[in-house]
Amino acid sequence: MLSMDSITKVYRAGVIETHALRSLSLEVAAGEFVAVTGPSGSGKTTFLNIAGLLEAPSGGRYVLDDVDVSTMKDKARSQTRNEKIGFIFQGFNLIPDLNIADNVEVPLRYRGWSRSERKQKIDEALELVGLSARKQHLPSQLSGGQQQRVAIARALAGEPKLLLADEPTGNLDSLMARQVMELLEQINESGTTIIMVTHDPELARRAGRNVHLLDGQVSDFQPIEPPPAESEDHVAIVA
Amino acid sequence: MLSYYSKLAWLSLKRNPLLSALMVGAIALGIGVSMTTLTLYYVMSSDPMPLKSDRVFAVQLDSWSPDEPYYDRDGGAPPPQLTYRDAMALMESDIPTHHATMMHRGFAVRTENENLRQEHKSGRATYAGFFPMFDVPFLYGGPWTKEQDESAARVVVLSRETNEKLFGGADSVGEIAYLDAEPFRVVGVIDSWQPMPLFYDLNNGAFTETEELFVPFSVPISKEYGAHGSTNCWKPEMIESFQDFLQSECVWVQHWVQLDTAAQQDAYQAFMDGYATEQKALGRFQRPLDNRINNIMEWMEFRQVVGDDNRLLVVLAFMFLVICLLNTVGLMLAKFLNRAPLIGVRRALGASKSDVALQHGVEVFLIGLLGGLGGLLLSYFGLLAVRNWYRGYEYLAKLNPEMVATSIVLAVLAAIVAGLYPTWHITRIQPAVHLKTQ
Repeated sequence: MLSMDSITKVYRAGVIETHALRSLSLEVAAGEFVAVTGPSGSGKTTFLNIAGLLEAPSGGRYVLDDVDVSTMKDKARSQTRNEKIGFIFQGFNLIPDLNIADNVEVPLRYRGWSRSERKQKIDEALELVGLSARKQHLPSQLSGGQQQRVAIARALAGEPKLLLADEPTGNLDSLMARQVMELLEQINESGTTIIMVTHDPELARRAGRNVHLLDGQVSDFQPIEPPPAESEDHVAIVA
Repeated sequence: MLSYYSKLAWLSLKRNPLLSALMVGAIALGIGVSMTTLTLYYVMSSDPMPLKSDRVFAVQLDSWSPDEPYYDRDGGAPPPQLTYRDAMALMESDIPTHHATMMHRGFAVRTENENLRQEHKSGRATYAGFFPMFDVPFLYGGPWTKEQDESAARVVVLSRETNEKLFGGADSVGEIAYLDAEPFRVVGVIDSWQPMPLFYDLNNGAFTETEELFVPFSVPISKEYGAHGSTNCWKPEMIESFQDFLQSECVWVQHWVQLDTAAQQDAYQAFMDGYATEQKALGRFQRPLDNRINNIMEWMEFRQVVGDDNRLLVVLAFMFLVICLLNTVGLMLAKFLNRAPLIGVRRALGASKSDVALQHGVEVFLIGLLGGLGGLLLSYFGLLAVRNWYRGYEYLAKLNPEMVATSIVLAVLAAIVAGLYPTWHITRIQPAVHLKTQ
């Protein structure tokens, strides 16, 4: 699904160069749920931006869904982003003036789908996150957890192959965080590849694979241990 | 997508109503001031007879003082009016297709209807050639005849409005109207006719109404009436009677000719010069030979209908528009950059740079459109103020369809120009930078 080979990213400010990624190589298979962890400044966000085609790498090769996207122009990158990638942000990033349905519709608008197609996808996505009844509400009228579920619906509405989540539970309390995480797992089970940047070791454990970044490189490529099934927290989620 | 972007633009304007009002207001103010001055300039400088303005000429003969020219400018140009006797000599020519000497002269007017009060009406004494030369449209009847010109016949042509007041708008040809208590037979009623500027007698204002009635030039002469207008004399002369005045060197009548071909124009120039040469032999026309014919647009230029002040005012108004636009650029830039995080989200969700540019372009268009409508409203009130404050601008200070369309187009173009840089700037933002900051 995603293949990065010797990706580098250098930010230049005058004569000062900051190496955010140093020859990062990573393979993610279709259907995987990968958690990317690492300390602040390790390059997690830069990695996610490059993976999401929001930034171009300074060097290296990036193949997404069998297409080399390293040197794509803006129009093609935007189209690829729209068709193949869904984003979930820590701060939800909903558009405050638009109601829930219109927020979910945003990526579909750039897809060029007909009105009826868009309506169907919006209904399906909101149904999936359990917010069908809140279509006409504004984001400000929802709780943080509900807003993040809207953001997930928006990310899923266009049926992307890759879902990129940047600290998706970072702004939520523990109960809402678990609900969101459960939703992500459900989405992954349906076949969508998920790469999630997180600081939370518990969330990282629940992903299928953990990639640890340090100084812009992958430092640890070991599968994480499965979470203890008897954990009270986990039981609570299942319940 | 255009309807979608229009919806987003409207939401954006509603989100920051004060900022939006400032942007629309800045454009409206610039457009309002520019269009007010431009409308005045446009009407002042427009061609009042576009179909034949290059074939109708005002005549100048230099009968002025040998000591100094009438005008200091334009090579010491001749006076704008003629002496009575020179005008009468020119009326003898058979070169012009039409020609007419004329003067402004008012009359006290009444009819046999005792219910109508006698009213003073502005009038023009002229020759029958006036009407075909200036393409005057007739509602009823027509001009008087050449014979009636020569015999000082008591005949009158009424304006449409005068006919409505005196005869209720009916076909009044053959009816009697009393001018200064003397009966005149109505021979024609002209339809609505308002050349703007009113070029043929600029001594009485270029932006006034056409006269309310017309009589043969010979009528006031036979009644020994002078003109209600400008009379200029340079020669110390004993003027003890009206006949003395008619034979004097005072200039007080206007003379216009229609010369359809270059040959006619050359022949008429030769005729004028020949006449002046004859007069020189009689001791008149002591200045160097300088007789001129000026077509309508040349005449308005020569008489400075559009003054340098007006041109300067238009330039200043457009400079003001530029200042308003610069302010709009700043406001738009602030507004657009304030929304950079939202644009970052849209970019992440698949919007290309061109999508972002189009979204903002539609918003800029909407701002321009609203600014244009606001500008039109301000222009309307601006022109209303001009009409109320300055006499003689009643016909000048009116919005016409061309200026309405120009206002809207200019406002939209101005907004697009103002929006180019902010729009370009917003397409250049790095979405990744702003996604964390929303």
